[in-house]
Amino acid sequence: MRAGTKFIIGGALILGSVGYLMASGIKETGVYYLTPTELAARVNTDHSFYNVGVKMGARVVKGTITRDVATQTITFRASDGVQSYPVIYRGLAPDTFTDEVDVVVEGRLQPDGTFHATTLLAKCGSRYESVPTRTT
Amino acid sequence: MTELGNICLWIALLIGLWGAAVAFMAGRTHRADLGRSAERSIFALWGLLVIASAALMHALLTHDFNVEYVAAYTSRNLPVFYTWSAFYAGQKGSLLLWALVVTTFGSIALVVNRGKYQELTPYVAGTIAVIAVFFIATMVFASNPFERLGFTPPDGRGLNPQLQNPGMVFHPPMLYLGYTSISIPFAFAVAALVSGKLDTGWLHAIRRWTLLSWLFLSCGIVLGMWWAYVELGWGGYWAWDPVENASFLPWLTMTAFLHSVMIQEKRGMLKKWNIGLVVGSFLLSIFGTFLTRSGVISSVHSFAQSNVGYFFLIALVLFAVGGFGLLWWRWPMLQAEVQLESMVSREAAFLFNNLVLILIAFTVFLLTIWPIISEAVRGTKVTVGPPVFNLVNVPLGLGLLLLTGIGPLIAWRKASAQNLKRQFLWPTVAMLVTAAALAAIRMSYASSILAYALGAFVTVTVVQEFVRGVGARHRLHGEMLPLAFVRLVGRNRRRYGGYVVHLGMVMLFAAFAGLAFKRETEVTLKPGQSVDVRSPYGWTYHLTHQGISQYDELNRFVTAASMDVSKDGKYLGTMKAEKRQYLDSMGQPTAEPATEVAIRSDAREDLYIVFAGSVQGTEQAVYKIVINPLVWWVWYGGLVLAFGGLITLWPSAQGPTPASRRRAEPAGYVAQVGA
Repeated sequence: MRAGTKFIIGGALILGSVGYLMASGIKETGVYYLTPTELAARVNTDHSFYNVGVKMGARVVKGTITRDVATQTITFRASDGVQSYPVIYRGLAPDTFTDEVDVVVEGRLQPDGTFHATTLLAKCGSRYESVPTRTT
Repeated sequence: MTELGNICLWIALLIGLWGAAVAFMAGRTHRADLGRSAERSIFALWGLLVIASAALMHALLTHDFNVEYVAAYTSRNLPVFYTWSAFYAGQKGSLLLWALVVTTFGSIALVVNRGKYQELTPYVAGTIAVIAVFFIATMVFASNPFERLGFTPPDGRGLNPQLQNPGMVFHPPMLYLGYTSISIPFAFAVAALVSGKLDTGWLHAIRRWTLLSWLFLSCGIVLGMWWAYVELGWGGYWAWDPVENASFLPWLTMTAFLHSVMIQEKRGMLKKWNIGLVVGSFLLSIFGTFLTRSGVISSVHSFAQSNVGYFFLIALVLFAVGGFGLLWWRWPMLQAEVQLESMVSREAAFLFNNLVLILIAFTVFLLTIWPIISEAVRGTKVTVGPPVFNLVNVPLGLGLLLLTGIGPLIAWRKASAQNLKRQFLWPTVAMLVTAAALAAIRMSYASSILAYALGAFVTVTVVQEFVRGVGARHRLHGEMLPLAFVRLVGRNRRRYGGYVVHLGMVMLFAAFAGLAFKRETEVTLKPGQSVDVRSPYGWTYHLTHQGISQYDELNRFVTAASMDVSKDGKYLGTMKAEKRQYLDSMGQPTAEPATEVAIRSDAREDLYIVFAGSVQGTEQAVYKIVINPLVWWVWYGGLVLAFGGLITLWPSAQGPTPASRRRAEPAGYVAQVGA
């Protein structure tokens, strides 16, 4: 067999295993990324969706953040303007987490309508590119 | 001043269009006057962009808050050092920097190669002009740094506190230098394709440029990791975030190119592949900017969504169609001169090296844009996290590490058994001994053991090369060993610099393998209370919360929590972690509080303490304590890598090696003792 052919076979084998690893990885740990409205639509049509871990991208409703430092629990309401869910998160919030920032929470929606988050990401986007507003 | 800057941008746009047009005409007609005009257009562009940049810098330093950009990124009490860095803190300023750097590099490339590659230079100038036009047009039509507000705020909003860090001052320009300098190799590749001068001449013209941008990108990436580690306070330095990936992608393709170009020089293979890599690297650098600037993929770093994204998307498509279209057009002229002879050869090792690098790039790319793909195909966004990236990239990375050891030492064409034994006996022994030793002390992760074993393999191959090379000089020229060492490296910079880069990579891999042993705890402590944290090395840290203090400092209000730290009963000192509330000149808070991590670092591990906050204003504090093994090796590995890159890059006194040298080294070891 020619070396070039051997290389192609070797390459194909590597490619195949990488493809397999990637597919299985995505299948096992890939997470739906939904807005609260999309999430509501999913659970309404399919109740087993409560058991599926999702990422929810939404905005923190102003004035809803409560922090219990002793138990390191943070609760707030996350909304996309149409649908909103109360979120409960236990852990340290990032510095950028505050009123009206965009957050991505990962966790599960409970049948009681609260979202139990295991991770909380806040985007610093609004801070980087905002136009100054007139203050007097 | 800003009016001047604005005018400069408009003139630059016109000159850029003129330059691009005459340059391509000069290339076709071989008219020297047109060629000179094109060259002067690039110099003029550079001059205009320098004036525009000076105008923006002037506005920043004089606090002209009527300029939207100045008001958005600086404030009166921002230290001057960071006021400088505000130049590229936002999108508009970074676009100006991009354009400035592209034309700077373009001008240098034209001056350096004056009188050489005469059929290529008009097209090089033309391509650079097109790229510059794109950036200038984006500024003028979508994102003008000189835009004024309808009113003048009394003070600016200040720079994001997280950007007020030395790492953030140097990280973005390094990345931009890396991204932009790929434009030069791209311009030469386009020139070679358009003109049909596809011999190795253009490769020699760009080899050093590619290395330069690779070096900038490497430094930019490592600085970014350092910034994320000390500033963001999440306890790590790499999270497979889209923005991080965006800088990693061109780095991978350029690394692949730096290796495969050797195959083309020596053996005349991989011609299409090399052009493809150059075009691909350039596209990925534009893609990286697009990704960070468009908001198509949600990222912690994402900057606001803006229509600049469309400009980039259009540019991406045009450059891709142009670049690959030309490649397709010249396909028949790019046939390989020889075929691969054996799987046990340097060519094959390099081919596999390229395959693995490109596969890593491909998987990272695919996983990064997976949310977009899944939404397009199945209607729902699916995101993938670090576990999937690691699952795929750990085996690929280990394979790459193995090839790092094999590639430089295995013979060209076909390795004999004798060659293999001579080159790989000791490295293999070192690998097996390391693996056995680590297994004996019950290191818990197989992939980490493998990483260290392969690291030992590569290290011994490099050391062996240095020892044999120095020994040969010592015997043949009777030089003292240190002199022999210096001359050996000095006379073969590319080769030995490359080895040093490989050592840097080994250090980085050693650090990455240490990530598996990371330990993390969160505790709430009253003053006087303490916590014990066990290190993976077996010793225990005893941390006692001392209390919280608050004070003013420069442009911020600091809340600091102190801990007394001892290791196995031995007192080490006090560590202070802070929360900083940045204030404007009126004393009003400008942003959310920022975390200042306390880090105690040595070659074995980092003790990393985050002060997360106090309980209802009392002195009871919430801490996150992380033990991060071997992080030190990332920074010093990065330094070694950069140092190796510099050795390779340093112009050699005897001038470039003859272009036509395509001599296959005979099987077996050849001591390049130099003249």
